[in-house]
Amino acid sequence: MSEQSAPGADGSGRPSGRLLEVDDLRVEFRTRDGVAKVINGVTYHVDAGETLAVLGESGSGKSVTAQTVMGILDMPPGFVTGGQVRFHGKDMLTMSAEERRRIRGEGIAMIFQDSLSALNPVFTVGFQIAEQFRIRRGMSRADAKKRAIEMLDQVKIPNAKGRFSNYPHQFSGGMRQRAMIAMSLALDPEVLIADEPTTALDVTVQAQIMDLLGELQRERRMGLILITHDLGVVADVADRIAVMYAGRIVEEADVYDLYAKPAHPYTLGLLDSIPRLDEKGQQLRTIKGLPPNLMNIPPGCPFNPRCPMAQPVCREKIPPLLQIGAGRASACHFAEELVNRD
Amino acid sequence: MGRYLVRRLLQLVPVFLGTTFLIYWLVWSVPGDPFAGKCGEKPCPDAYVATMTAKYHLDENVFVQYAMYMKNLLQGDFGTTYSGLSINDIIATAYPNTLKLAVVALTIEAVIGLTAGVLSGLRRNGFLDNLVLVSTLFLIALPVFVVGFVLQWLFGVQWGIVRPTVSSAMPFSELIIPGFVLGSASMAYIARVARTSIAENRRADYVRTAIAKGLPMRRVVGVHLLRNSLIPVVTLLGTDLGALMGGAIVTEGIFGINGIGRQVYRSIVTKESATVVSIVVVLVLVYLLMNLLVDLLYAALDPRIRYE
Repeated sequence: MSEQSAPGADGSGRPSGRLLEVDDLRVEFRTRDGVAKVINGVTYHVDAGETLAVLGESGSGKSVTAQTVMGILDMPPGFVTGGQVRFHGKDMLTMSAEERRRIRGEGIAMIFQDSLSALNPVFTVGFQIAEQFRIRRGMSRADAKKRAIEMLDQVKIPNAKGRFSNYPHQFSGGMRQRAMIAMSLALDPEVLIADEPTTALDVTVQAQIMDLLGELQRERRMGLILITHDLGVVADVADRIAVMYAGRIVEEADVYDLYAKPAHPYTLGLLDSIPRLDEKGQQLRTIKGLPPNLMNIPPGCPFNPRCPMAQPVCREKIPPLLQIGAGRASACHFAEELVNRD
Repeated sequence: MGRYLVRRLLQLVPVFLGTTFLIYWLVWSVPGDPFAGKCGEKPCPDAYVATMTAKYHLDENVFVQYAMYMKNLLQGDFGTTYSGLSINDIIATAYPNTLKLAVVALTIEAVIGLTAGVLSGLRRNGFLDNLVLVSTLFLIALPVFVVGFVLQWLFGVQWGIVRPTVSSAMPFSELIIPGFVLGSASMAYIARVARTSIAENRRADYVRTAIAKGLPMRRVVGVHLLRNSLIPVVTLLGTDLGALMGGAIVTEGIFGINGIGRQVYRSIVTKESATVVSIVVVLVLVYLLMNLLVDLLYAALDPRIRYE
């Protein structure tokens, strides 16, 4: 067992040549009611051509981590209190605002959950895509329009040329999310962060959008960070999964390992609560209790009040995220026992 | 859009007839004798009163009088005053002056109000925000004549930067202070509405998207945020032109401008009902057309608003 290092890190301390690394990130929200510790030391990374799924329930901090990486966190009330976000080894949190702006869109781009509110309602979809070519690449209006239509074509929007001058509200939900994808990919980013890209869509459209994302990711060899609470979506596309709970990564593993042998009771609970066809008619299984109040996280392991395996040590000591095997890590005092049981 | 425009223009007809009749009837109901004091110390001779009554159809009921007035109006004739002056001439000299003043006021309030509102909306609770909040509160609370006399005294008398009153040629440079005075209260409202609108939309998802696209901040604010925040401001500005013209009477009085405010006041005092009605009728037209313009602007600003 190596010292507190995330899986895959070589432990030598020098820049590892990774594309995007989040390193011990800490974020809190200072509100009138108190300080909410939303991110408490999150570490993950993504490489070119790789898909990392960040899994967690609402309030686990998965979106806030992404917003911090992207630099679109509302500050205040948000404050980054520690850690680094390195892109090509360079810490983005200490960069100048201008340097950071240039990374957005070109280095790291983002797709949002609700495409209707994420697209500007008063400009045409085409304008919003072409705008990037004009402002960031200095293209003429005509060239930018041509490129924007190409992008709409790439995300398989029928009649891309005609759709160029439509407004967001004239698109269906699925088409709008495709347009959103086209917009995020316009500047050919190296990393794409997709924040629950299919949550607002119905199930058949969800599958189409995920397929499209996967296809574009392979074509462009992008690093993809897929933020979701949907275990079903993750299984198909992710290479690795990071499970978040109360602002921490509690387990990180290869997708097959995680489904086969979860190494954290929370992951186990999540997998157990997937509705199963062979248990039709029975009550759905849930994880008892509620996620902790982030203004008052319980001492010890934040999951201990809900954990069926909790022991006295869990109430005293925060389990660090430790490597427990090739490419997997868990933040549970009893991770080895969990993995080794039958 | 074309059909919508035609329908809206047709709607103007009953609104126009209704408002003008109301005004006509109101002025007609004002008690008093139009010929009192017209003939020096003595009351006017009966023969004169009889002639004038016949000439201006004063013995007819209000509907007939209104109908005759409208008939002339549709031919472009506002009629004459009791002393025989053409009301068309009065309007032709007074209206441009007031319009000029109102346009200057509108420009000043739009530019200063919008700038102050946007800057304070972006930095809520900052120094500038508090400055704007306090100063707008002052402008809203102070009556126009106080702002007018204070500025006239400061700039015109104390510092001597401008002429205290506006000369009859009405050059724009002399209209800046009166325009500011006239538009001051509306300017404060515009700043406050723009501030709220900007602050509300500042956290909108599409603003976040625009930032995530790596656009420079001035484009995020100047294009994406501003366009969405302008609708309430445009409503205020559009309906304000009429209000500025109608409310210019105090400002015109302070700065000695020969505008409609002064004419209306004089006409009311001398019971020149035709002049009062004529000036107000033109004002009604300004209101109606500006309202139409605002509605059309909505559609231009927000594509989700479409008129059939």
